[in-house]
Formats: sequence, structure tokens, C-alpha cells
Amino acid sequence: MSETQNLTVVQAVRDGLYTEMREDDDVLVMGQDVGKNGGVFRATEGLFDEFGGDRVVDTPLAESGIVGCAVGMAAMGLKPVPEIQFSGFMYPGFDQIVSHMARFRTRSRGRFNLPMTLRAPYGGGIRAPEHHSESKEAFYAHEAGLKVVIPSTPYDAKGLLAASIRDPDPVIFLEPKLIYRAFRDEVPEEPYTVPIGEAATRREGGDVAVFTYGAMTRPTLEAAETLAEEGIECEVVDLRTVSPLDREAIVEAFEATGRAVVVHEAPKTGGLAGEITAIIQEEALLYQEAPVKRVTGFDAPYPLYALEDYYLPSATRIEEGIREAVEF
Amino acid sequence: MYEEVGSTVSVFDRAYDDPVRVLDEDGEVVGDVPDLADEELVGIYRHMRLARHFDGRAVSLQRQGRMGTYPPLSGQEGAQIGSATALDEGDWMVPSYREHGAALVRGLPLKQTLLYWMGHEAGNATPEDVNVFPVAVPIASQVPHATGAAWASKLRGENDAFLCYFGDGATSEGDFHEGVNFAGVFDTPTVFFCNNNQWAISVPRERQTRSATLAQKAEAYGIDGVQVDGMDPLAVYSVTRAAVEKARDPDADRPRPTLIEAVQYRFGAHTTADDPTVYRDDDEVERWKRKDPIPRLEAYLRSEGILDDERVAEIETLVETRVAEAIEAAESEARPKPEEMFKHAYAELPPELERQYEEFAAFREAHGDEAFLEE
Repeated sequence: MSETQNLTVVQAVRDGLYTEMREDDDVLVMGQDVGKNGGVFRATEGLFDEFGGDRVVDTPLAESGIVGCAVGMAAMGLKPVPEIQFSGFMYPGFDQIVSHMARFRTRSRGRFNLPMTLRAPYGGGIRAPEHHSESKEAFYAHEAGLKVVIPSTPYDAKGLLAASIRDPDPVIFLEPKLIYRAFRDEVPEEPYTVPIGEAATRREGGDVAVFTYGAMTRPTLEAAETLAEEGIECEVVDLRTVSPLDREAIVEAFEATGRAVVVHEAPKTGGLAGEITAIIQEEALLYQEAPVKRVTGFDAPYPLYALEDYYLPSATRIEEGIREAVEF
Repeated sequence: MYEEVGSTVSVFDRAYDDPVRVLDEDGEVVGDVPDLADEELVGIYRHMRLARHFDGRAVSLQRQGRMGTYPPLSGQEGAQIGSATALDEGDWMVPSYREHGAALVRGLPLKQTLLYWMGHEAGNATPEDVNVFPVAVPIASQVPHATGAAWASKLRGENDAFLCYFGDGATSEGDFHEGVNFAGVFDTPTVFFCNNNQWAISVPRERQTRSATLAQKAEAYGIDGVQVDGMDPLAVYSVTRAAVEKARDPDADRPRPTLIEAVQYRFGAHTTADDPTVYRDDDEVERWKRKDPIPRLEAYLRSEGILDDERVAEIETLVETRVAEAIEAAESEARPKPEEMFKHAYAELPPELERQYEEFAAFREAHGDEAFLEE
């Protein structure tokens, strides 16, 4: 039996990087403050001392340079894991992500793979300054050629990160910083992977299917527990990968009840909830008992922190959304 | 006019690694003292004291949970106050996120700065008569704005100068290069002011560029570049003043834009979320603290008989009162109303957003604020 450690999400990310770097000399970490400083969230703590400055690289302050150089490294067979300090600072690198990271394989007809994993903390709720709280996973899910992974537990953080690093295709790995240190989980010391593209059922229940991911998994489970006291049983599905979506898991969970709620903190319009609703329409229309309810952030710019609690879906908002779907 | 700074050569013809200096670390005159009235000199000193005291209080407010993450400025007062003082009334400043001292000189009330870092959007609602752009958090993203705004001023024949602040790390970003290049091509009245405080969070200046100086980056864009001792408020004033005058002068036999590299140091952390002891030595911090801009100007003003114990004490009292009043005013401001979240993104609320707002308001009505404020 393998040894385990009791880790937070961010410690599990760090452990995933450590394990993959130990296993494979082609893996390297690069970004701003990832070296001596160990990352602004400590996601790379100790890696600089362990692996040295050639594999744990503090770069100049330039996101396009970070992503673009990682593209070049990956094209030559390395497995770079660039970090963008906050997902709100991805945009100078967006051209590289969309024009090259997503298209190198297709452009070269498979001559070049890009086995790179672009990590960034995302999401709200930590009382941070402007641009430090947004959830813009839909941008990346919209881009063909990318995989978009969002863990919600320490176990998954390590396993999905390992799977992403080993994947031959480029992965955007978004880490919900609200739960970086919110709880601990038993995480094996040994390397392991959690497959990309597979959802996980976090709670079983026969009245309604609730789809979510990232930091919203916790308030969704909380809402489900409250509703259980009223006799409403929720099936809570953590998608874990938002591109490609686990279509089969979505349809299966929906067909069991004919009712669904989707919860995400990203804005409503153009968000993943719309895509999940469309999958349900395409695959399971005849099972449908109620409109699919979306509980999401608003189509308004993410506010400074004095108002952010009003922006993010709370357990009570989720609870009300679920009730609506069940009582329809 | 601007050619006169520096006794033998124009300030813009110096070697890039030969910083303009006026006062040494002890306040002794080592260059040309700018032509400022006594009260203007005292004004620079007073603003530096105000910025320093504000900064200390802001950090402690954050520690006490009364304010969110805050980026301290201590050590950088000479660069901020010296440069902002060189602007004329119609000129503009385009900040990054650390220029609370410069904004103060330009007339932004301290209360606004506090509100912003308290997570209150009203802090960004700059009064109409204050020519300060909103805070720009993404590094270097404001640089092209300063070029565009200056370009607009030129096209309209308004003859205002635009002073753009950014850090050493920003010179690595594409936006910096694009903004400065455009300024060169369109000869805009922009002064690019690089607060080279040696550290972009934990990454040292040497890791940003192999160039020996940041000032020399001007060369590639065909504009003037000059280095200045950023811990010397009078040198900073002189250089910025020369650059501002040149920016405004369409007959100048030189490009209007200038890149100023103000060599300085942040005494504290990048933000209150940062621990600089992880990546830099105490010795280095102590070495730079000996270059502190405030005692240096104070020593000079005392030696000139412009300041004495009594005036310094008066300034101390004034500074403490102003900061205390600003904190009181910011903390007694009502918390922002949730509807503010929806109101400002568009001139007219689009129907879908209005629908979302109504749904939000109905939910709030039914469940109260506690339904949002839970863990």
C-alpha cells in the first residue's frame, strides 16, 4: 500500500509538480516568482532548491514571452509547465495561447506536439485586487486544440496535473485559489494520474442532477446537504475537465432525474452552463421534466472585493436554484 | 530651457548610465538645484512626509483587517513626488497601482486611494478636476494608453503633457515596447517614467533585461532616454520638468517623448501579501535605506534655512491629521450598494443584465444579505 500525505489543494499541486519533475527530466517549471520565492501562492515552494534554476525558471515579466517560449520548448520535446501568476494576467499571452498553443499540432499535421501545461490560479472569493478574481474558463474551452482542466480536491489536483503534464496535447490547468488551503485530503506520495475528461460524482441522489466544478463544488455540496434535510436528494457531479466535457456522465446523471442545475462562478452568458444545457437538449430532451437552471456569476464585470460576495453563487443561491428545478 | 539642466551637457545628452543628481545621500548639493521657490521645495518635502505616513498607516490598516491587499510605496517618495510636482495643471498622470504619492500631488484625495484598496469602486471615481487616469493593475498595460491620450491631446492642439508611471518589470512586457514605439513614431507628448525599484516581486532587475540600463531602451525607439537618481527628489523634479517642457514644445529640435529611468528602491514588500525576506537580503535593504529621499531633502532644506525644528514639527502634525481624517472619512463611507455591480458597465443597462439584476434584487429581498455573506 502506498504512503499518503495530508495535503491542501496547493500543496498537492506542488507535490504533483515535484513528482513529475522527479520522474521526467523533460518537465520544467517557468514563470514569475516561481523560483526562489516559491510562487506567490507557494505552489512551487522548494522546487528551485531541489531542481535548480534551469528547471525552475524565474522569467522576465512577460506573459506572451512565457507562453510563447513554452510553445517553442514543447515543440522541441520538453514538457514545460509555465505558470501565469493569476489567470487575470493571461491576456498578454492570449495570442500565443490561441494562435499557437492551440494550433501547433493541427498546423503541422501532427509533426509537432505541444506537451505543455499552462497553470494559473483562477476564481474569486479571496478579497483580492482587480483582475485577481475572474473565472474565464469559457475563453479556453471555446478554443479548439486545448484541454481545460479544473480540479476541486487535493487528490484530483495532483492526479489531474500529472495527467496534464503527461498528455501529448496542451492543457490549460486552472486552479481554484479560493480552496487552495480550504481543506486537506489524503494524497498518495507516489505518482498517479486522474484521467482528463472524466467527471466525478461527489454525492448521489435521485431528485436532481447538479453539475459544477472548481471552488463551486463545496457550496453546491453544502446546498445539497441542506436540501437533503427537506427530503430533496441531489446528485452532485464535479466535471473536473471543462474541455472536453464528459458528455456521457452529464447525460447519464440527467436522465436519472430529468432535472438539472449548473453552477459556476463565471458569467452566465457564454458560460459552460449553456453548453451543458445544450448537451442535455441534444441527448436527452425526452427525459426533461424542468428547465435547466443556471446559478452563475453575473454578466457584469467582477466587482472589487467589497461586493464580491454578492457576485459569487452562495450556498443559499444554489439551494434556491435547485429548489426551482425540483419544484417545477 | 530644458537644455540648461546639468552644467555642461543637456540632460538628454548624458550617457545612459550617468544618472542626474542634485543632492547626495547627506543632502549636500552635487548638481544644479532646480529653480523652485522655498514654498515649492517645502511642498515637495511635505508631500513626501504625507506619502510616507499614509503608507505606514495603510499597511497597518491591512494588518488589522481594515483594508485589503495594499502595495506600499515607502522609499519611492522622491521619485513619485518629484516627478508629479513637475507637471502643470492641465497635464495628466497615467499611473500603475503604486503611485498613491504622485496621485496625491495631482489632487486625488487620500480618501479615494483608501477606498480603492478597501475594495470600494468609489475609490476609482476620480474627481472631474483631477487629471489622473484610473489605476491599471496588469503590468505595463497603461503605457499605450499614455501614448494614445497624449496623441489625442496633440491632435486637438491642447498642448498637455502625459506622465506615465510603470516599474522595471513592465519594461519586459510587449505593451511597454508598443506604447513607447508608437510615441516615437507619432511624436506624442508623453513622459515615460520608469520607477526602477530593483525588484518585480521577487525577480531582480537583472533578470528583466540584459541591458545595462533601462534608460537605453529609448534608443531603439528613437526617443530620449535619461537615468536619474530616483531617491533624489530634486534631481527627479529637474529631469521630469525638462521632459515635460520638451513634450509640450512642438518646435523642439528633439523627439517629444522621453523615457526616464528613476533608480530607486522599495523599502517594503511588493504588496502586503508578499514577504520580501524570502528573496532579498537585509543588508541590501539597509544600504538603500541610507539613500532615503526624505532625510536627504530635509537636511538640504535645513542647511538652507528653509526648514527648522518648528516647521518640521508643524508638518508632522499636519501630515498626521490629514491621514487620520482621510482614514476616518473612508471608514465612515457607507459600504457600496450591490446594485453598483450592475450599473456601470454600459451607458444603458442591456435587457439581459437588467433581467439578471431584477432576479438578484428579488432574491436579496426574499433572503436578505446573509444569503450572500455566508462562508
